[in-house]
Amino acid sequence: MNETIVMQAKGLVKRYGQVVALDGADFELRAGEILAVIGDNGAGKSSLIKALSGATIPDEGEVRLDGQLVHFKSPIDARRAGIETVYQDLAVAAAMTIAENLFLGRELRREGFLGSWLRMLDKPRMLAESIARMQDLKVGIRSMTQAVETLSGGQRQCVAVARAAAFAQHVVIMDEPTAALGVKEGNMVLELIRRVRDKGLPVVLISHNMPHVFEIADRIHVARLGKRAAVLNPKKISMSDTVAVMTGAMRPEDIPAECLAP
Amino acid sequence: MKDKLAPVLAHIGTLGPFIALLAACIFFATQSPQFLTGGNLSLVLQQVAVVGVIAIGQTLVILTAGIDLSCGMVMALGGIVMSKFAADFGLPAPLAVLCGVAVTTLFGLVNGLLVTRVKLPPFIVTLGTLNIAFAITQLYSNSQTVTDLPPAMTALGNTFVIGGTEVSWGTVLMLALYGLAWFVLRETASGRHVYAVGNNPEATRLVGIPTQKVLLGVYVMAGLFYGIASLLSVARTGVGDPNAGQTENLDAITAVVLGGTSLFGGRGIVLGSLVGALIVGIFRNGLTLMGVSSIYQVLVTGILVILAVAADQLSRKGTR
Amino acid sequence: MQQRTRIALATLLLASAGTTFAAGEPVIGLITKTETNPFFVKMKEGAAEAAKAKGAKLLSGAGKADGDNAGQVTAMENMIAAGAKTILITPSDSKAIVPAIKKARDKGVLVIALDSPTDPAEATDALFATDNYKAGVLIGQYAKAALGGKPAKIVTLDLFPGHPVGAQRHNGFLKGFGLPAPDAKSNELGKDASIVCMADSFGDQAKGQTAMENCLQKSPDVTLVYTINEPAAAGAYNALKKAGKDKGVIIVSVDGGCQGIKDVGADKIAATSQQYPLKMAAMGVEAGVEYAKSGKKPSGYTDTGVTLIAAKSVAGVDSKDVKTGTELCWGKK
Repeated sequence: MNETIVMQAKGLVKRYGQVVALDGADFELRAGEILAVIGDNGAGKSSLIKALSGATIPDEGEVRLDGQLVHFKSPIDARRAGIETVYQDLAVAAAMTIAENLFLGRELRREGFLGSWLRMLDKPRMLAESIARMQDLKVGIRSMTQAVETLSGGQRQCVAVARAAAFAQHVVIMDEPTAALGVKEGNMVLELIRRVRDKGLPVVLISHNMPHVFEIADRIHVARLGKRAAVLNPKKISMSDTVAVMTGAMRPEDIPAECLAP
Repeated sequence: MKDKLAPVLAHIGTLGPFIALLAACIFFATQSPQFLTGGNLSLVLQQVAVVGVIAIGQTLVILTAGIDLSCGMVMALGGIVMSKFAADFGLPAPLAVLCGVAVTTLFGLVNGLLVTRVKLPPFIVTLGTLNIAFAITQLYSNSQTVTDLPPAMTALGNTFVIGGTEVSWGTVLMLALYGLAWFVLRETASGRHVYAVGNNPEATRLVGIPTQKVLLGVYVMAGLFYGIASLLSVARTGVGDPNAGQTENLDAITAVVLGGTSLFGGRGIVLGSLVGALIVGIFRNGLTLMGVSSIYQVLVTGILVILAVAADQLSRKGTR
Repeated sequence: MQQRTRIALATLLLASAGTTFAAGEPVIGLITKTETNPFFVKMKEGAAEAAKAKGAKLLSGAGKADGDNAGQVTAMENMIAAGAKTILITPSDSKAIVPAIKKARDKGVLVIALDSPTDPAEATDALFATDNYKAGVLIGQYAKAALGGKPAKIVTLDLFPGHPVGAQRHNGFLKGFGLPAPDAKSNELGKDASIVCMADSFGDQAKGQTAMENCLQKSPDVTLVYTINEPAAAGAYNALKKAGKDKGVIIVSVDGGCQGIKDVGADKIAATSQQYPLKMAAMGVEAGVEYAKSGKKPSGYTDTGVTLIAAKSVAGVDSKDVKTGTELCWGKK
């Protein structure tokens, strides 16, 4: 893991009426890492992620991607900038096939006249690519032409993750990817996330699941009261201390130095 | 083996209507010798052409988990507009037809805007436009049928002979439109987006598909199809009838449901709606040939609708 | 529909708020089955004219569609509340409307059925209607004579099962043709070996065409078609024309609307029994005015007349020509 900063945010503020969701939050994502974002309910982690993925526009503050200032007005802007998001409810059209879902909104057209005049889709090519991507990430689903709704929860999650990984150029953001999954399927997804990271894509991961966070994250960003409370090193700090920082039982000043991520 | 079976089970929803149609044809063929003749079957195709084309538009709407209750009345309005423009103002037939289709497409636009911009439920919106279209039709036509139409306008009702059987141009148009709709819905991105919007509108929004534009487009296209249906209706009866379309309203929805398209959106094939329309037409034709009262046709249609929805649910039991 | 009736009534009431309700100006309510059937449109026109001529106030309303009993009940209640002392009604559902009519009559309102009776017919004070059975008999007689020696292969395009008017015309036709037929009180459609196909047209042109097409498939050698009304007849003609059989088949019908009479003149319909909605309405208004003046109520059944209109007359059957029919027709001339 090198020190290059891929994505950065400073002083983000977001208000919803009287409620202040982000109160000058900072954020930093380094190349090749898995950064877990944790925080209690109302801590501002959802709002932070939404600001980074273009789902909401912050009232104040700046976001930089590879050092450049960016202003995302919609999720599409973020996507165009190479940031892919895996939403908590997966955002898949369950009645459609895996291959169709992978290319949803980014469909490939046939060459020549069939593609430009009749606007005909190149289904064989999309199918082949889907198979390739899934194999690349070692996802073991046999047929790309089965409907997503025939898959188990974990398999669906893999499809959503594979979709993000297939098209992301810079960052992959995941919102509670292992929530509602059993042990075996949860591990399957974690393995997949590692492979995404190994392909060179940094991953931002929101999770409530402490064991999973500790298993997979390189650093842990703790959100509290709309700000960044601390960035922790999962290899040094204990799970219970992490929870204490999250709830405010342990104040950031009291965290021993080696528990902070460098 | 199980993997091979699963997609077949899933297709019961789509295969069911074809099987039902086939079964009905076989049954009626045994009941009367005139049923399975080319002439009779060509006749049924002509009889279902109007509902069939309306059902294309309705399929598009239902695929997005919406519904268009105004389809029949908008069709009637289109018919009155095009026939009156030709008969009263002496407009040449193609121009008058264009005006009629423009009016129905406009109604589609209104429906679409109310659903997408004002965010009203399609059921409510189209319930309103149903009444508005009906009233405008009656007021404009003064509740009189419009006669003395130029032959060019009714030309689609003319027939040509193919292999000893008379086929009408209207039938050919209907089949061509179904082919076109099938292609677009299956093989183009816009078509697939219609399915996606119906299946999970939030997901389509998040992946960057302009959901509202897709919805609006669907209602506008539906209006266009209703306009074409009104031309077919005028060509078939030879008059502009202000009371046309009243049963076509529900008949079109019945055809779509019988054809296996789910009212919850995102599932179904447009060819199924043609099958659905044919099932109703075959029953009506077959029962008349058998000398059975039309009330039984209504009864059978009701039973088939329930079976169709049940089959749709059953076919999805294979999924988790 | 009740919404529209309410708005219409509200407007009327507001309009009359400025003027005092002229003492003795009779208020008469006319309730038709639907607003849109030209038959009822003409009836309303006739009633409006008669009301104006006699210095009566006419309120009008209708159900939303054929069979909408609730809409008619609501219209009746609203009109009585607005001061109507006479109600003229073409009942959509002859049985279901009876309780509402009884309530009205108990309040001293005169209720007259127009065009079709209630069930029982005595539920209203009086009935002004076409004798639909007679209308059928006339065209049956004409058809028999016009058919001459040709074999009788009859197709009937009826309304829909169970409707009294549909049954009366159908059975009257059979009787006039000389076939055994149920009597005028029956709601069943009579059958006979000469009837090769019976289908329901719902009184609609497109459905009539479909029904005729299907019957032609069954019995291509049809010689005579009875139709419930002229739109159905127009549909039957279309179907016959497409099959190239329009010249050899006789079509008879009932109604006498102007479009239908035109079709008789154009040799599409051989003969039609003309009925007189205007007369029904005018008689109804007169009765209402008389009731308001003297309290005298009409009673029983008054036949408003039916005339056989045919382009060609046949021996032994009295008919009037197309010119007469056009003068007396209802609808857009």
